[in-house]
Amino acid sequence: MKVMFEKTESLTSNKSIYCPGCNHGLIHRLVAEAIDNLGVREKAYGVAPVGCSVLLYDYFNIDVVEAPHGRAPALATGAKRVRPDMVVFTYQGDGDLASIGMSEIIHAAGRGENITVIFVNNANYGMTGGQMAPTTLPGQKTTTTPMGRDTHSHGFPFRMAELIGSLPAVAYSARVKVTDPKNVMKASKAILKAFKNQVDNVGFSFVEVLSTCPTNWGMTPVDALKFVDEQMESYYPLGTFKDIQEGE
Amino acid sequence: MAEKVLMKGNEAIAEAAVRAGVKGYFGYPITPQNEVTAYMSYRMPELGRAFVQAESEVAAINMVYGAAATGERIMTTSSSPGIALMQEGISYMCGAEVPAVIVNMVRGGPGLGNIGPSQCDYNQSTRGGGNGDYHLIVYAPHTVQEAVDLTYEAFEVAEKYRNPVLILGDGAIGQMAETVKLPEFKEKPQKDEGWELSGAKGRDGRSVKSLRLAEGELKKLNWHLHEKFLEISKNETKYEIFNDDYDFLIVAFGTAARVSKSVVKELAKQNIKAGLFRPITVSPFPYEALKEASKKAKKILVAEMNTGQMLFDVRLAVQNDEKIEFLGKPGGEVFSPKDIYEKAIEIFKK
Repeated sequence: MKVMFEKTESLTSNKSIYCPGCNHGLIHRLVAEAIDNLGVREKAYGVAPVGCSVLLYDYFNIDVVEAPHGRAPALATGAKRVRPDMVVFTYQGDGDLASIGMSEIIHAAGRGENITVIFVNNANYGMTGGQMAPTTLPGQKTTTTPMGRDTHSHGFPFRMAELIGSLPAVAYSARVKVTDPKNVMKASKAILKAFKNQVDNVGFSFVEVLSTCPTNWGMTPVDALKFVDEQMESYYPLGTFKDIQEGE
Repeated sequence: MAEKVLMKGNEAIAEAAVRAGVKGYFGYPITPQNEVTAYMSYRMPELGRAFVQAESEVAAINMVYGAAATGERIMTTSSSPGIALMQEGISYMCGAEVPAVIVNMVRGGPGLGNIGPSQCDYNQSTRGGGNGDYHLIVYAPHTVQEAVDLTYEAFEVAEKYRNPVLILGDGAIGQMAETVKLPEFKEKPQKDEGWELSGAKGRDGRSVKSLRLAEGELKKLNWHLHEKFLEISKNETKYEIFNDDYDFLIVAFGTAARVSKSVVKELAKQNIKAGLFRPITVSPFPYEALKEASKKAKKILVAEMNTGQMLFDVRLAVQNDEKIEFLGKPGGEVFSPKDIYEKAIEIFKK
């Protein structure tokens, strides 16, 4: 009998504390599969952020360090520079990466560090209870934008995959979503590529994953997926914004 | 045989770290310690080691944190406003018990202040400048040679206790050139201590973290860090008594202590038997030793290039405020021997 599905080696058996309908569990799985597919579990070095995914080390059966808020790309830089043989990645939320950690991510990308960045965008601060993030959509209500995000006073959301993709030292930048099986497969491919690039010394690779936050959005899991498809994607188009290997 | 060379303090410290086996240096330019970063920018790559000029001090200390979590010897250097920015990372490293060596070539403050030599970061260094209940091990060298020796030693002390070590210098120590004996090259012994993130080969994943959410876990860590510091205090406290035959005592650290040594010699010419008590570790502070040393002193003069920060620790140790007088020189200015000499005459001749 052919085995179609089994537990990934790079994940632990711990039950996650993520809310029902949150996509973190799925994205964790895709990251772990990429690590397993490349056979690099024993030299992986993960950087956990501050935010919902801070407990990464409970779910991944690999070595993980926990960064201060936003600083994950700096920790990854330090680790990769002294241990270039390790496979170093950060897994960051949108408040972490695009707000407090904007400097660290832009400069790590600007230097072209040979690391992999997984960026989970759910358009709000999940862990602290649904405040406005740099990625909150215009008009979107959060606990700190009760009348909806007003671009006159709150500014516009950052399109990180495009921004990162515009930097000369970046090897790969893409945006994916995980709202249906077809897109999960696409996301899986992008994440695998972002890890393979590091193993092959191709350079800085960035994957933005559009994700849900049913609890703070006040939606059912199904409606949250619809929100990603119908609202988020129109501001954050899917696609590859930089790929230095294109055409190879 | 150890080499003897003329070197600027900042460069001598950098070379001492290189010889101690530092594998990664991450820094950001700030006066008066720029020579360290410049020196490391060619010295580290030529040895096949890591050097990154970070985009900020915040990034630099977090590069240190990420790199040191692999178990390698890692260092950064900065000066007062830069060290202030590093306090977040230092607090995390203390919470996660990650060793590293940090050098602060102190300048005048608060804020941008000026770039003169100062001792105004004593409280920040010894009291934990970041959030939470933690201690650093803090060495306060008074010569370039001592800065070299302490930097060389600091990596092993940091690793022994899994605790960051801070070298508290100042602009004078960093900028002056002196003849120094450089130590031999050494490497960190390659063995797994059970916590390093070196790749989960043949084992489950490990984590290096400061978050302790489960009930009682953080309390356990806090008490552990406290016990650890008691152990450090017992084993690692260092001080020097210069001229043990004294009636009067000057207490000073770092550059102020160096100036005080010439004052002690001058006072002898006036038949004033003065000695110098010099904490080498200002954290842990040598409370017991100073308490003992203070007993035969009729008067004690505390001399600091600030408005009186170590003074608090001296009072705790001596427990006799009547005996203690203070002379301060803040503002990024070095004591002249005359400053301390005149104050000493005034107090000790009474």
